[in-house]
Amino acid sequence: MKYVEPFREPERVRRAAATLAATCTRPWKIMEVCGGQTHAIARYAIDDLLPDSLKLVHGPGCPVCVTPVEVIAHAQLLSLKPDVTLCTFGDMLRVPGPGGDLVAVRARGADVRLVLSPLDAVEIARANPERQVVFFAVGFETTAPSSALSVELARRLELSNYSLLVAHVRVAPAMELLLSAPDNEVQGFLAAGHVCTIEGTSEYPALAARYRVPIVVTGFEPLDILLGVREVVRQLEAGQADVTNRYERAVKPDGNPLARAMVDRVFEVADVAWRGLGPVKRGGLKLRRELADFDATRVHGPIAAPMPEPTACRAAEVLRGRLEPIECQAFGRQCTPETPLGAPMVSTEGACAAYFRFRPGAARAGGRPARAVADRTGLDLAGKAR
Amino acid sequence: MTSHTGSMYCPTAFSSYEHIVLAHGGGGRAMHRLIDGLFARVLSCPDLDTEHDGALLDLAGPIAVTTDAFTVRPLFFPGGDIGRLAVCGTVNDIAMCGARPRHLAAAFVLEEGLALSDLESIVRSMATAAREAGVSVVTGDTKVVERGKGDGVYITTTGLGTRIVPRRVGPRAVRAGDSVLVSGPVGDHGMAVLSVREGLEHETPLQSDVAPVVHSVAALLEADIEVRFLRDPTRGGLASALCELASASGLGISLREHDIPIRSQVADACELLGLDPLYVASEGRFLSVVAAADAERALIVLRQHGCPQAARIGEILASGPGRVILTNAIGGGRVLDMLSGEQLPRIC
Repeated sequence: MKYVEPFREPERVRRAAATLAATCTRPWKIMEVCGGQTHAIARYAIDDLLPDSLKLVHGPGCPVCVTPVEVIAHAQLLSLKPDVTLCTFGDMLRVPGPGGDLVAVRARGADVRLVLSPLDAVEIARANPERQVVFFAVGFETTAPSSALSVELARRLELSNYSLLVAHVRVAPAMELLLSAPDNEVQGFLAAGHVCTIEGTSEYPALAARYRVPIVVTGFEPLDILLGVREVVRQLEAGQADVTNRYERAVKPDGNPLARAMVDRVFEVADVAWRGLGPVKRGGLKLRRELADFDATRVHGPIAAPMPEPTACRAAEVLRGRLEPIECQAFGRQCTPETPLGAPMVSTEGACAAYFRFRPGAARAGGRPARAVADRTGLDLAGKAR
Repeated sequence: MTSHTGSMYCPTAFSSYEHIVLAHGGGGRAMHRLIDGLFARVLSCPDLDTEHDGALLDLAGPIAVTTDAFTVRPLFFPGGDIGRLAVCGTVNDIAMCGARPRHLAAAFVLEEGLALSDLESIVRSMATAAREAGVSVVTGDTKVVERGKGDGVYITTTGLGTRIVPRRVGPRAVRAGDSVLVSGPVGDHGMAVLSVREGLEHETPLQSDVAPVVHSVAALLEADIEVRFLRDPTRGGLASALCELASASGLGISLREHDIPIRSQVADACELLGLDPLYVASEGRFLSVVAAADAERALIVLRQHGCPQAARIGEILASGPGRVILTNAIGGGRVLDMLSGEQLPRIC
């Protein structure tokens, strides 16, 4: 835990918050791209440590949240085929689709299995040659290498019953899409640390220069986030727009070349649709043509036409950083983790779930989260009774 | 445990089958050999009479009773197995009523194909746990389901106990200002089971905490400590147990995150999987709410009676009814809410 605990030390966190407050003289709006950061911010109540003029907005960095509903519907239909076993990560099991979530589909007889790695899905395919095993491959650049490895392993094992339903997406093109919107208000980014462990930082300098935004690679502990925010603010105040790595203990400038090479052997960059953002140029991955035998949409048939999202759900605005979860009328009322309308309320990385889980008092009271918690509970932020 | 051991007793050994077959639940000789040759032999006690459908007991009231069904995959995990779990879970529930468990009834649903050696290990484990808890298994039942219709074995246990103190222990007895204690590190059981289920290897192997807590609870109650509430944080973990208390009592609860004991290997495993240890099950720990004036003495008693890492983790508040607020080390507060569905490992 030497990579974690020093970054939770109260005194260091307090010092970082103090220097941040001293650095920040004007209103700024910064987006944390990654859902893991959103959860850390909510879990540690980091927004309570920020100056009032500074606003953190949540980005589209939850792979489950941005998977289009028609792809989820396709996964459900595949899983209901009598000879298909659908394997996926835990986060995907509770995302609502037209047939309910995959947990409900499994209860109706589908063979849906939770795996921690796509290599487990390959093992299921090897052990069950009579079944067609489909791995629902969701995630950013972080999980794409393990999906690629699974295809290489399945090919080496000469498996003809393993395929991927690919929903991998790429973060940098989505950041560019947000920045290029005429009404964009985001002035700086905390880039997703996990993604950069694979990709490095090479995609960011052009982005930072073109749109004049600081981009700071940031980790997931309280101190990581405060130092990341402080660096973005420092640059904004100084009129700079550079790429800085504040997650040096995990991220090298060129990322993980071995993992990237493996992804390149199996996937190619593609224009794909993101839930909430729409079509994103170069925003995702698809299997290379020569690996078509491992493509579930070729083996089992293509994905259905795009489907409308639930009308009461404003997830798209949340994913673009335009709306705080608690500002949504459905939040905490029709939309809860038990009855989610949209993916951000389901996924462990979803912004709505972060707010609901860590700040339910805030959600139901409205207003700034921490203050509302205090109002409802009689506790101040140090947990003392008022 | 009904059985008929007459003169027609078949000389075929109990172990003539290596696995459970449907006949073991059919009411004939195979079933009776299983009952006499395994259950009655291993769980032997004076009140266990296999010639009757039930047990005749002599218990003076007031009495506490509880029943619970146990399923776990895998059946054997580091630190325990389903048999130990089935005894500890129920005797601990009796203890949480402020009572001393005395007797257990056990019903087994066995899956065709279960290795008899595994069943024997499970029953032996039950016998060991029962001895530790000071209870006897006095009656039971056995059924067999076809292969593929079960997970090896399901066990249901019913417990009977006698109250240690006349006053009621429960959410309504809790008062603002009371102290919240936990008997030891939380989350060990859930992470041990999950790690072995998912094939995760850790530098320091995780061990389940499954154990009877009855003697620690009895020590607390007999020390004349004003115990207001007891709860074992099983499914849903510490957070869910305290959310239930806050809801049922109509009071608030304030917790200090850094005072809650969590083993570093459990915290690390949770970190890896994206799980919150406060929602992970324990099977050998308990929460107690005691009058603030008794809190320090309660900790001393607990530490002297099998709970060396017992800790005071928070207080009951008059404000914030129904809410549990956790204060973290950096001074931030967050609300602990009931778990929605089950905790699922995250993507990255």
